[in-house]
Amino acid sequence: MSDATLARSGQVPTRKVAFRGGGFRPVAKRGIGFVVFVALLLVIEWGTRAGWIGNLTLPRPSDVGQTLWALAESGQLWVHMQPSLTRLVVGSLLGVSLGVAVGVLIGLFSYARAGLVPLVAALFPIPKIALLPLFVIWFGIDEASKYALIALGTFTPTVVSTYGAVDNVDRTLIRMGQSFGLTWWSIVRKIVVPGALPGILSGLRVSLAIGIILLVAAEMLGAEYGIGAYILQAGSLYDLEKLFAGVVILSALGVLTSSGIGLIERRLLRWRA
Amino acid sequence: MKLALEQITHHYAGLPVLEDISLSIPAGEILCIIGPSGCGKSTLLRLIGGLERPDFGQVLQLGEPPEGCLNPLTYVFQDFALLPWRSVGGNISLVLEDHGIRGRQADEIIEDVLARTKLSDFRKALPRQLSGGMKQRVAIARALAVKPAVMLLDEPLSALDAQTRELLMDDLLALWTRQPFSGVYVTHNLAEAVRLGHRIAVLSRRPGKVREIIEIDLPLEERHHGHARLDEVQAHLWSLMKQEAMAADQELLDV
Ligand SMILES: Nc1ncnc2c1ncn2[C@@H]1O[C@H](COP(=O)(O)OP(=O)(O)OP(=O)(O)O)[C@@H](O)[C@H]1O
Ligand SMILES: [Mg+2]
Repeated sequence: MSDATLARSGQVPTRKVAFRGGGFRPVAKRGIGFVVFVALLLVIEWGTRAGWIGNLTLPRPSDVGQTLWALAESGQLWVHMQPSLTRLVVGSLLGVSLGVAVGVLIGLFSYARAGLVPLVAALFPIPKIALLPLFVIWFGIDEASKYALIALGTFTPTVVSTYGAVDNVDRTLIRMGQSFGLTWWSIVRKIVVPGALPGILSGLRVSLAIGIILLVAAEMLGAEYGIGAYILQAGSLYDLEKLFAGVVILSALGVLTSSGIGLIERRLLRWRA
Repeated sequence: MKLALEQITHHYAGLPVLEDISLSIPAGEILCIIGPSGCGKSTLLRLIGGLERPDFGQVLQLGEPPEGCLNPLTYVFQDFALLPWRSVGGNISLVLEDHGIRGRQADEIIEDVLARTKLSDFRKALPRQLSGGMKQRVAIARALAVKPAVMLLDEPLSALDAQTRELLMDDLLALWTRQPFSGVYVTHNLAEAVRLGHRIAVLSRRPGKVREIIEIDLPLEERHHGHARLDEVQAHLWSLMKQEAMAADQELLDV
């Protein structure tokens, strides 16, 4: 007879040990986000058709869809997208690459840290939009000032997340590199940067979202074409369908950059469990 | 190549950690260092390998490192220190790349050291896929790849379970018998010290001083479990360590 049955045969109160582990570990559930999104749209569609959402409160999703479709068919969508995408790519590429470089410097050198951390802390909370007039004076009314605005806006969060990530690189790995006589440059390239990559990439999500916000702000203040200009036009005419069509494009852009980073993470960080 | 430590003294922010340590490490011999927790063993090892500068005294390298030696003083760390984003082979090639060894030449070295540590099948595996014992064997393979003159091992087996520790100890002995290397082996474990050490330096509690150096004149390949001479040395070591530990306790009570 086994111990288990032995224990049961006695006349003692017997209970199963209740499960109390689990949780605190979200996993990716495919398609749930999409379902939530569609459900929300359906509710709004229903509300606007049934009348309990007034048509000045929210536009009908199907109307917004039609507006988007018309925009795409007329070719106007691309006319607005193309300059916006260029601004976002050029501006955030500048800001992010400079930000990573400065962040790594702050993470590695005491003087860079002492000198630059207060500066970054002072720059971070400034609403960059407020500086646009200044940028217009410095860089002119056209593209350069928009690039500069987006670059500055993505620069500060990238710096902060990068030097935090460098600080978190396991020092014993760096000592190991030194103990095998690796050059300073090798240690930075092969140990510090790969070790900081997870933190840098998750910081990038925030930086790029800020980039999109600033893109729209810059275009609202002075651009003929671009998603921001399109939204501004629609807003001043109280054309809610067009306004929301613009907003949908922005959200799509946000989802696209975020999932792009997710893709990079899955490729570059495969070494993590 | 020989190493000599001359009157090493070291402080951390006013806290004396090591005091007047003089030791020599002859070629082809393993020096074990034991001592109570916090007496400065790891610090001493960092000083020997040049990862830190002593406040007083010096570490001298007598003679030239042997032909083909890429990194004379090479560490094996307690926590393995493998790059998690590089495969087993990549972790070894890491320490060859900076010496300009790439391609076929690097391949040959990697094959050789992996064979010597019985890891040939795991060249492409990532560290997270390996058990603790295998990770430490990778770290040993990496150390062997640079053909060190002196291996500096800081409790290399402490993070492993008892069985794995036994197996890896046998591996270390086999590596040494095939090709004797000089080594400094820091450990808490007296049994390890008597298995592997030609000489054993016992440090006192902090600040660490050399309390005694014990020579075991028994060839490594003849040291088996339950050997009378080893048991005798181990008992002696244990009485020394017990005195130190008890004295350390007493000091705490006095404060
Ligand atoms: N970088 C450091 N800065 C300040 N104090 C340190 C530093 N490294 C070690 N110490 C202190 O020096 C003393 C000796 O540390 P060390 O790690 O060398 O001891 P150890 O003998 O290796 O101990 P263990 O047996 O626990 O590994 C300890 O009191 C420790 O707190
Ligand atoms: Mg230690």
